[in-house]
Amino acid sequence: MIRILHQIFKTGIVTEPLSPSDESKVIVAGSRLEEEILKRFRKSLTIRLVDAGSCNACELEIHAVNNPYYNAERFGVHFTASPRFADMLLVTGPVSRNMEAALKRTYDAMPSPKLVAAVGECAYNGGIFRDSYAVRNSVSEVIPVDAFIMGCPPAPADILNGILTAVRRQRP
Amino acid sequence: MPTLKDALISALGEDLKEYTLQRPSDVSAFIVPRMSFRAAAKVMLAQGARLAAEWATDDAAFKKGFSVHAAYNLDGEFLIVSAEMPEGGPSFPSITKKYLAAYRFERQIWSLFGILPEGHPDMRPWIKHEDWPADIYPLRKSFDGKTYIPKAAGTYVWVRAEGEGVYEIPVGPVHAGIIEPGHFRFQAVGEDIINMEARLGYTHKGIEKRFEQMDWASAARLAGRVSGDTSVGHATAYAEAVESASGTIVGLRAQYLRAILLERERMANHLGDIGAICNDAAFTFMLYQMSILREKMLRTNAALFGHRLTFDCVMPGGVSSDITREGKETIKAELSGIEAEFDKLVRIYEDNPSLEDRVYSTGILTPPDAKAFGVVGFVARASGVANDARILRPTDAYRKVPPIPPLLTSGDVHARAWVRIVEVRDSIRIIRMMLDEMPEGELSVEFTPPAPGACGFSAVEGWRGEIIYWVQAGPQGEINRCMVRDPSSVNWIAIEQAIKGNIVPDFPLCNKSFNQSYSGNDL
Repeated sequence: MIRILHQIFKTGIVTEPLSPSDESKVIVAGSRLEEEILKRFRKSLTIRLVDAGSCNACELEIHAVNNPYYNAERFGVHFTASPRFADMLLVTGPVSRNMEAALKRTYDAMPSPKLVAAVGECAYNGGIFRDSYAVRNSVSEVIPVDAFIMGCPPAPADILNGILTAVRRQRP
Repeated sequence: MPTLKDALISALGEDLKEYTLQRPSDVSAFIVPRMSFRAAAKVMLAQGARLAAEWATDDAAFKKGFSVHAAYNLDGEFLIVSAEMPEGGPSFPSITKKYLAAYRFERQIWSLFGILPEGHPDMRPWIKHEDWPADIYPLRKSFDGKTYIPKAAGTYVWVRAEGEGVYEIPVGPVHAGIIEPGHFRFQAVGEDIINMEARLGYTHKGIEKRFEQMDWASAARLAGRVSGDTSVGHATAYAEAVESASGTIVGLRAQYLRAILLERERMANHLGDIGAICNDAAFTFMLYQMSILREKMLRTNAALFGHRLTFDCVMPGGVSSDITREGKETIKAELSGIEAEFDKLVRIYEDNPSLEDRVYSTGILTPPDAKAFGVVGFVARASGVANDARILRPTDAYRKVPPIPPLLTSGDVHARAWVRIVEVRDSIRIIRMMLDEMPEGELSVEFTPPAPGACGFSAVEGWRGEIIYWVQAGPQGEINRCMVRDPSSVNWIAIEQAIKGNIVPDFPLCNKSFNQSYSGNDL
């Protein structure tokens, strides 16, 4: 136990201030929500992730968003196991044919109002898998998307900025 | 002496035809009559060989029907047995009853090629889900790979247990955590699992078909995205297969750089996994500590190689980025820092009774099962099977700095975690030695595409285990077929064995200790 405590104290707080992302990293699409409701999400945002056929790189970087350096929880952003409690759906991958139904059903299971952020190039335009017989080419083909976060995969800071941009409805 | 080759020649003799366009030269390939395909498997089994991969090809471009291929391995020897089939109603004798590893390979051949494995005990579709029209075979040349497949009606029949108090738990494809999608069906009594069946294919993106639409050079980007956590591993395996087919010899410096990138990928993933395994045993402290070490590595990657997960650093002919003198010092300083922290954390791992209670004797994959399924990578090395492609088929860089892989026999969650711990330390040693010994030289050599009909083969030890690529050039020298065998394709089924008799709440822990790829399996 003493070793654990020693390690914790010695590590200290490694969380860094969030550096702003390049404007081109986030594309805001549509404007479905009232300012009032968005204001509510600013304090606390609960996210459900659906991997719709990604290669797992985007998942790794979303994991990193929760590591002590980026510490998403400080912005009130946290991930939940169930879509029933979620305010935002984070989607990765080009939407494989075999995940299309599951993605739709997850979206439908979320209470309104809800936001959708599509993470990574595949989720935007299918990426390198574009036009394959087994993918849909974009998350927006299946469910409405509020923001696209670009990159292959996007860096953790870009993912976090993208999530916050979708909520605040303004450029980072 | 090549044991497998000799055994095959003495058993099938006259019936064999050597396939002379297979490269590299130490991988032999034989065409057997279709009905002798199972007899060949029997010969291989008698020699103690492992079935490394089984796949099909549509030979329409060569004005022929179809072929089925099986790659066997014994020690350092790889041998490919192929059988040709006519265009109409192709079928071949199934080898699943000889080799358990063939079970899903052959279901996949049936689902995606429409080639019937005669005598296969389970003809349910694999990867192709029940809502696909049954007569669509996407890997046939006659199928246009750009047509989105319509939905059809259908049902999937699960293996079911019956009896008093037996109940079923369906899980997925959308899971509770930030992980890839897959579906698991548990049959349980109380908390005890009596059977678990996985159904994968949710991330199927038509990758093997996509390869056939690309050129040799640009397809390296696709290989790097087969499984995003193994970008270097897959890109290297692809590059080595293509280089063998075209006879390209990569310079020694490029080989060292590939090996350093592979070891860095191994370290970063193992660090993440060790933390995640502890987290699934409710020891969150370790997750955050390990994720700090992992993040440090990814930041060095971004600074030195331009990408946190070192995407697109390896291509046919060599590598795209170098390590400068300052880069060497950066890596060495980073490794020293990680090593010191890691040692302290491993001590905490060893000293923690609550963790011990969860990881020891949980999710045991016995050595006989591991051998029977032909598992690879850290899963094999935790269950007494010494399989490591860096030793079986070393490149010159690994010949100069040989890895010292661990071998455990307990096959439980702890063994799989401990193999990773030892491998992190070994990777640190390898990277340090390679940085010191790396010779000057070219980063890449001119790469000439393979000649028509030429086939290439590679086995590369990615962080999860042996990755196999087999490529074939078409009549115009284009990509006619690129077969991808991620370690997950053979390891996934082993989880179903390891989980039996465990309790349902231990499944996430067991699953994390295997941490197999969904994307690499589904393709």
